[in-house]
Amino acid sequence: MALLEIRSVTRRFRDFVAVDGVSLSIQAGEFFTLLGPSGCGKTTLLRMIAGFDQPDGGQIVIDGKDMAGVPPEERNVHTVFQSYALFPHMTVEQNIAFPLKMSRCPAGEIGARVREALDDVSLLGMEKRFPNELSGGQRQRVAVARALVNRPKLLLLDEPLAALDAKLKEKMQLELIALQKEVGITFIYVTHDQEEALALSHRIAVMNKGRVEQLDEPAVLYSAPKNRFVADFIGECNLLDCTVALQDGGTLDLDVAQLGRVRAAGVEGSAGATQGTLALRPEKVSIARALADETCVNRFRGKVHDYLYTGDVTLYIVEVEGGRRIEVMLPNNAVGRSSKFFEPGDAVEIGWREDAGHFLRD
Amino acid sequence: MFGGLAMSPRAARLWISSPPLVYLLVFFAIPALIMVLASFRYAGELGGLAPLVGSGDPDELAGLTLENYQRFFGDSIYLELFLKSFLYASTTTVLCLVLAYPLALTIARSHAKWRDLLVLLVILPFWSNFLIRVYAWMIILGPQSAFTRVFNGALGLAGIEPVALLFSPVAVVIGLVYVHLPFMVLPLYANLEKHDPSLLDAAQDLGAGAWQRFWRVTFPLSLPGVYAGAALVFIPALGIFAIPDILGGTDGLLVGNVIKQQFLDARDWPFGSVLSIVLTVLAVLFAGMAAWVARGQRL
Ligand SMILES: Nc1ncnc2c1ncn2[C@@H]1O[C@H](COP(=O)(O)OP(=O)(O)OP(=O)(O)O)[C@@H](O)[C@H]1O
Ligand SMILES: [Mg+2]
Repeated sequence: MALLEIRSVTRRFRDFVAVDGVSLSIQAGEFFTLLGPSGCGKTTLLRMIAGFDQPDGGQIVIDGKDMAGVPPEERNVHTVFQSYALFPHMTVEQNIAFPLKMSRCPAGEIGARVREALDDVSLLGMEKRFPNELSGGQRQRVAVARALVNRPKLLLLDEPLAALDAKLKEKMQLELIALQKEVGITFIYVTHDQEEALALSHRIAVMNKGRVEQLDEPAVLYSAPKNRFVADFIGECNLLDCTVALQDGGTLDLDVAQLGRVRAAGVEGSAGATQGTLALRPEKVSIARALADETCVNRFRGKVHDYLYTGDVTLYIVEVEGGRRIEVMLPNNAVGRSSKFFEPGDAVEIGWREDAGHFLRD
Repeated sequence: MFGGLAMSPRAARLWISSPPLVYLLVFFAIPALIMVLASFRYAGELGGLAPLVGSGDPDELAGLTLENYQRFFGDSIYLELFLKSFLYASTTTVLCLVLAYPLALTIARSHAKWRDLLVLLVILPFWSNFLIRVYAWMIILGPQSAFTRVFNGALGLAGIEPVALLFSPVAVVIGLVYVHLPFMVLPLYANLEKHDPSLLDAAQDLGAGAWQRFWRVTFPLSLPGVYAGAALVFIPALGIFAIPDILGGTDGLLVGNVIKQQFLDARDWPFGSVLSIVLTVLAVLFAGMAAWVARGQRL
């Protein structure tokens, strides 16, 4: 049985539907992520799981118990708030001891359990500090330690790393993965950062306008997005409107305006479609002055319109002869060249394999 | 802006803080000094102060003396007077706190669009004269008032003899609490209104019920407001004379009344000064203590 069952949960604010019939089933021990753009209802859903907000429709079941009418303090669910919400008048130690005191943990045990929690997040020695004497990363760790110290069934994290700089964020991501593995508690993680979601999660639910667009493992989400929204939201993607010219089992011949005829793989359910989108990841497109790779069945000539250098890769925008612009990504470590390969205006050939592009029906 | 004048940071700080410093000097330090000097002199025959340099007449009182302090410390009646005033001021402070806290909390937690209106209602009494408001209590607490009759009626039902409310310690405390309540509500509200609501969410999330949330989060965080309000109520209540004058009985005199008597009726300025100095020292000690306790809380 799943640890958390969310059954067609809906939440309306006046006539605005913030969460729209969401159903999810989360297993014990899972690192589950709610991913979506700002305002898609992630926090609203999380607040309903924590008990701060009530669904207008549907059901939230934790460990087989319907949570309707159960206040937050009586749910075995803890939250790491985006602002951390550490108590400013309490030391690190007192902050972490707070949930233990609330659950009437014997006084003799508290010290040892606080120390254990501090050890989990490598903060031993900081017991007597106040929150305003800690760095952002340390505060974040105190918030996690406080939420985990009395071993809740479920830990909710609402964009806990959003306030940290990129380097620290990466470090904390690794720590969170390790910590989750170690304590074995189910994490529900909210973020609008797709890279973070891909790096951390066992499974991801991509949300948009209050609905779940796709729920899958990170690798599946990335390589086989089910619709245009998911393809666009996760990673870089060329999204080309197209019509189906010919359908032959799993592969399709597509007509793309200003580009031409393209062969692509169809995702399930594309049989019989006439209109749709071709989703093509820039890193799956090859680029050369003259392409040698024979496996690229889709080939187009064009010239470099512009490029974006980002250190490890360069993103080229290539304008093909028909006038369509395609994004192409090339790693900068390829064949001993340290800087970029092409300049704007250079004549190039681009191409991709038959299974590189995905057809998404409308 | 000050760069062009090549002013050092220290000089700039002095420049910025000089108006309040001048204010303090003129309206606090100099009068206090005059009072301290007066407390070491003799009273003039018709009030005021006796001359510092005598005319040579051996019976004439002139120059400096410790007599006034000897009188203060030589008679326990003055110590008792201060204790009584201290008791009234403390009672007033505690009652104000108990009454003001729920009110301030209600205002701070009410919808933003009502808050300003509610704060306005709290300070509304300031728009009419202080004495008129205290005289109004004289009527409310008077033997013929509806309030007194209902009150005594209720006592009668409980089998208790009717009491006279007016000119009693109860009337003085009611007046003191009534007049000082806004000075407790405002600092409390200013503090409570700034509290981060996510702290209460966090406390609830971690298992704290409503009572625990109040005592472990809201109240400790509001202590600076409590100290500020306590100082704003306690210090003026300690020296007040108008309310005991109007609402108190003959034995209801507090330090403020006696100081007023010394200056206006007994025409003993030096002894009035001694009482004032002791009162000021106590008030400063109390304010210092409140500041020190508040600092110790690291808030
Ligand atoms: N109390 C409320 N009253 C009215 N509308 C609300 C309320 N809370 C949230 N909303 C609306 O519901 C939508 C979803 O809000 P929510 O906070 O869940 O978004 P989110 O996905 O967490 O976004 P973000 O990434 O910016 O935090 C938003 O459009 C928001 O304006
Ligand atoms: Mg949010």
